[in-house]
Amino acid sequence: MKNSSKRVIEVKALARVEGEGALHVTLKDDEIVALRFQIFEPPRFFEAFLQGRSYNEVPDITARICGICPVAYQMSSVHALEQAFGLKLGENYAQLRRLLYCGEWIESHALHILMLHAPDFFGLSSVLELNQRFPQVVEQGLRLKKAGNALVTVVGGREVHPINVRVGGFYRAPERKELRELIPSLKEARNIAREVLDWVADFPFPELEIDYEFVSLKDPREYPMNRGRLVSNKGIDICADEFTTVFEERQVEHSNALHCLRRDTGGSYQVGPLARFNLCFEQLPASLQKIAAERGFTPPCNNPFKSIIARALETLYACQEALRIIDSYQRPDRPHLEPDIKVGSGSWFTEAPRGILFHSYDVDENGLIKRAEIVPPTSQNQARMEDDLRRLIPTLLHLPTEEMRAQCEQAIRNYDPCISCATHFLRLDIERL
Amino acid sequence: MKKKLAVWKFSSCDGCQLSLLDCEDELLTLADQLEIAYFLEASSRIQPGPYDLSLVEGSVSTPHERRAIQEIRSQSKFLVTIGACATSGGIQALRNFADVRDFLSVVYARPDYIETLDKVSPISQHVKVDFELRGCPINKRQLLEVANAFLNKRRPNIPNHSLCMECKRRGLVCVTVAHGTPCLGPVTQAGCGALCPAYNRGCYGCFGPMETPNTAALAQRLKDHGMSSQEISRVFRTFNAEAPAFKEESLRHEE
Ligand code: SF4
Repeated sequence: MKNSSKRVIEVKALARVEGEGALHVTLKDDEIVALRFQIFEPPRFFEAFLQGRSYNEVPDITARICGICPVAYQMSSVHALEQAFGLKLGENYAQLRRLLYCGEWIESHALHILMLHAPDFFGLSSVLELNQRFPQVVEQGLRLKKAGNALVTVVGGREVHPINVRVGGFYRAPERKELRELIPSLKEARNIAREVLDWVADFPFPELEIDYEFVSLKDPREYPMNRGRLVSNKGIDICADEFTTVFEERQVEHSNALHCLRRDTGGSYQVGPLARFNLCFEQLPASLQKIAAERGFTPPCNNPFKSIIARALETLYACQEALRIIDSYQRPDRPHLEPDIKVGSGSWFTEAPRGILFHSYDVDENGLIKRAEIVPPTSQNQARMEDDLRRLIPTLLHLPTEEMRAQCEQAIRNYDPCISCATHFLRLDIERL
Repeated sequence: MKKKLAVWKFSSCDGCQLSLLDCEDELLTLADQLEIAYFLEASSRIQPGPYDLSLVEGSVSTPHERRAIQEIRSQSKFLVTIGACATSGGIQALRNFADVRDFLSVVYARPDYIETLDKVSPISQHVKVDFELRGCPINKRQLLEVANAFLNKRRPNIPNHSLCMECKRRGLVCVTVAHGTPCLGPVTQAGCGALCPAYNRGCYGCFGPMETPNTAALAQRLKDHGMSSQEISRVFRTFNAEAPAFKEESLRHEE
């Protein structure tokens, strides 16, 4: 045991995360005296330059916040704007949007499980090293990811920054035939996803149990993607309009991202696959609940490292759900409905692969944006990531600094942080610190 | 000896480097031919330079990035910029048309904590660039072509004609002729595969201006279609707003 000593854990540039971040921990006599998960991704000011743009440009502009989850940005923005115009779309549009989201969940989850997170569990540096150990898993995993990409490409036009999403629906609703051509690759993906689930469920998981506040959307009809109320296991149950009355963003000196906390308690919370799994397990089809239970994976799960299992389970779900939607697909008569442009405000959240993504807009009489506010999942998880590290580090003190550092990095990757996303948020009415 | 590949990120959304990971079928083959020496998003193993091929994503928007690109250039034998951010500033260059201090206070309560430059610039304004790959995002076929050309010591075969030609080649009906939909195709460089017209929508210019585009003629056409000056200014001011041809045209219609 090292005593009366100073140790510094420093990760100058975090690898295998989306965007640029760093970690700094200072220990003195085994006490944490400083801990900073830093986001130095340069700010890009989306909320500022959305002002004065037309409503119909918003889904294309906000997509560019993040190349990993552009569909999430498009989904949250179009729903918020439809809310502002009072435009209601039928169930066939809702299903098509859900199908597109399934594609993004598959590609994004497969990317994170395989390329970013799994190497941690074997002390490897990348998917290429993983490939030397588990060539078959990697080869299959890439096929899984490809199936997700193919789905986004057919429904959205291309995998990164899809071009087919608009307020009121789509530019072109895909033909039944185009969607049916995806069935073989999605069936294969479903089988692969099951194997991936088996594989990750057996990973060696560090022991860590935390009494989290989990926050996700919840809808009695379905596992959440585009709709539902926002709930938590500690009493939250709100609609999108109430988001900023319950949560607030605070700027902290060490980061280009704002921290999002509960207004009343100042507490951090967790969003993302583990939150959805814990809060919406009953909304999964019975067959999937059974598969999860057979692997001993049922709620509550409070071990953050097991988020990788939740991600694998959701990948399997998304494959299955995509097949279900394609099977019952009714092509809408018109690809989109024209909104009735008027002064209004709208807020919405959807479930990005990494957790809830909140968008809120004020629109003027010409459909131009007067105010935009975006709260991405990673800025919501950021305070939680730091809190996790505060809990984790005391259990690692016996380890050499190098191993401590590796486990801290792994703990950050539990959240699949998307740092590119986390540097854009806007509160016009933000409190001055 | 395998050639060493490095992938760098500046101000961006990560979408262009993701396109490399999206080459699911070719990724492992590529990794056989090129040694991935620096690619932070994919690997925590970092090898020191010099690098044979550097792919640079993103634009320069902070003092730190301004210094970093010099260092990267000096470590790179062949440097390719990937995507609209790196080649023409990208969406974040919209700040160049406003006062960045206003932007800062819109987003952050304490702007003094944030380090940023008042103008966003493409990589070529800072260092010599050996090849520029367009698009927001880049097209992964074109990315593979660049990698193959590099490995075979030849010039990449990337056409610089307009999107209209690509649209014709796909046998698509012109959205402007058929439906009167405004389309930037006549002035935009090909490369995406004419995606938007294939989805019944007009091109919105993610690949930036083609060589010597006639933006004035197109602007006139958009006007004839009933678009206001502000609308015309905005269509040229998206993901390639800092590309000279688009910038000038957008300024001409600004009120
Ligand atoms: S060019 Fe577009 S896709 Fe590429 S990094 Fe920039 S914003 Fe992302």
